[in-house]
Amino acid sequence: MKQKHLPLTATILIFLVGYALCVAQYPNMLSTRVIGNLLTDNAFLGIAAVGMTFVILSGGIDLSIGSVIAFTGVFLAVVLEHSSLHPLVAFVMVLAIATLFGALMGAIIHYLEMPAFIVTLAGMFLARGMAFVLSIDSIPIKHPFYATLKGLYFKLPGGGRITLIGGLMLLVFAIGILIAHRTRFGINVYALGGGTATARLMGVPVAATTIRIYALSGLLAGLSGIVFSLYTSAGYSLAAVGVELDAITAVVIGGTLLTGGSGFVAGTLVGILIQGLIQTYITFDGSLSSWWTKILIGLLLFAFILLQKGIIYASRHRQQRA
Amino acid sequence: MISDVRLYLNRLLPQLIALCVIVAAVSLVFPGFLSLEIQNGRLYGSLVDILNRGAPVVLLAIGMTVVIATKGIDLSVGAVMAICGATAAASITSGHSLAATLLITLCVGVLCGIWNGLLVAVLDIQPIIATLVLMVAGRGIAQLITEGAILTFNDPGLIFVGSGSFAGLPMPVVIWLVFGALVAALVRRTALGMLIEAIGINRRASTLSGVLTPVLLVAAYVLSGVCAAIAGIIAAADIRGADANNAGLWLELDAILAVVVGGTSLLGGRFSIAASVLGAIIIQAINTGILLSGFPPEFNLIIKAGIIVFILVLQAPRFRTAFAFLVPARGARKPTERAAK
Repeated sequence: MKQKHLPLTATILIFLVGYALCVAQYPNMLSTRVIGNLLTDNAFLGIAAVGMTFVILSGGIDLSIGSVIAFTGVFLAVVLEHSSLHPLVAFVMVLAIATLFGALMGAIIHYLEMPAFIVTLAGMFLARGMAFVLSIDSIPIKHPFYATLKGLYFKLPGGGRITLIGGLMLLVFAIGILIAHRTRFGINVYALGGGTATARLMGVPVAATTIRIYALSGLLAGLSGIVFSLYTSAGYSLAAVGVELDAITAVVIGGTLLTGGSGFVAGTLVGILIQGLIQTYITFDGSLSSWWTKILIGLLLFAFILLQKGIIYASRHRQQRA
Repeated sequence: MISDVRLYLNRLLPQLIALCVIVAAVSLVFPGFLSLEIQNGRLYGSLVDILNRGAPVVLLAIGMTVVIATKGIDLSVGAVMAICGATAAASITSGHSLAATLLITLCVGVLCGIWNGLLVAVLDIQPIIATLVLMVAGRGIAQLITEGAILTFNDPGLIFVGSGSFAGLPMPVVIWLVFGALVAALVRRTALGMLIEAIGINRRASTLSGVLTPVLLVAAYVLSGVCAAIAGIIAAADIRGADANNAGLWLELDAILAVVVGGTSLLGGRFSIAASVLGAIIIQAINTGILLSGFPPEFNLIIKAGIIVFILVLQAPRFRTAFAFLVPARGARKPTERAAK
């Protein structure tokens, strides 16, 4: 087996073993309903995590996505409440804003040669602040089009439903995998993660790639915000606090190397599912308190970082011997 | 000696000017801003309030400065605050004495710091990720200690830490003044500060030239953990209870912002604790100022974002080159200063 597949394989194994253990204790968990809900409940997180995967693959980080999700939700709620625009028009507007916002952060990161961490921190404050300025209340979205969208689903055998947003997440993951492995942009992202200087010498357009990566992350955060507003039928400026951390955690659990340059978009999906599984198990159990989710996810994160370190160490060792 | 003081003032000048401008601007909008009065042997007034409210961020910023100087970052301080607040509350309600409670809480802070430090120094994990583990798990641990509820306490000794006063100043202010002075003296009156800067500039070169890099790295994170523990005690004592969910929430970002406003580069190397403390006070002055001047508090975050971008532009290598080109006099004056010394 190729070494670069090891973290991904470990993630998939952990998910399968975890799921089997859950089913052994609660046979009801083996149903398409649970799986459908797993997809629906984690849809917004998954879509945002695809963007985060690209950012981390390139060796950066994006702390702004939680705030962008909140801003998108509030923007949609305010626009739909105060104007007669069709939601689809509002969707296009907000996606354009989110993409431009991401591109701007990418440009600052590249041209001012500043760490992505602090630039996206400023972006996080800015997006959350803009959401606050638009409205500090939780605004319900009552547009009939929202009800139509929420009513769309694909029925699975066994009573489970893949809702529109759950399906959208799977679609985004599929497109993300294609972009990462089948386009020049995807290869450039991997090259950038291997080292900016090396990438530049290889002829990768560093400026354009960096800006596009953060624009993509912004776009997906905006899409995630739309999904979140569909999921909650409301816009609230304090929503989705800390989603960026969940997304980073999912990416790491999914086997992407935090130093950049190595990992798979598909791994992130499994990372999301593992987090969702822990939450579902705690719901099924009923007696366990919700804080065990945080502790377990923290432990998983630690275990995967150790695994990554071990792999890097082993590969260096092998190189030295060869 | 005089040139030493002048160099020091030169370093702090931008922060001092910024603070004066903010205070002046707020006092224009809100005339009562500068007034101070003494009641019951204690100073009251908006200025004292800023120093008091800013105490947790100031303390976190002190530890964060040292960690950032080693080219690291500590994302876990907010969660460590929550853990330590919960520990303090749990310990005092289960009947331990005040001294034992403080000691236990500080030890928990030290342990958290050792954990982060070992991950960074021994396992060689990037600091953002290493401290992310405790940031994610920390709040869960804090909730485990408080069992999900807000743990309240009535011990007058512990409450005194949060709302008492000493020599006319609120206790939190006294604590950060003393602690900040101690840490600053420790790193600047010994070679420690220089060694920390050396690690931040080039860790490998420092190790090769004989600096005990792992020990110093762990020590930096332990300092950050202790700072978070003290901040956690103050935050818990202030509300007479430990709130595992909200204590220290997002304060790590404020602390990092304070360090950045203080002019310490996130890329490691030269640092100034006094400047970071000023940075934290500036942030608190803006927060309080916005509230007092009747601006909607919603603008708070946007203003913070604006400040970060402004400072990033100032620190950007390209801008610096352009600046040095446009203002050659500053660069030319330095050699004469050195000669005078």
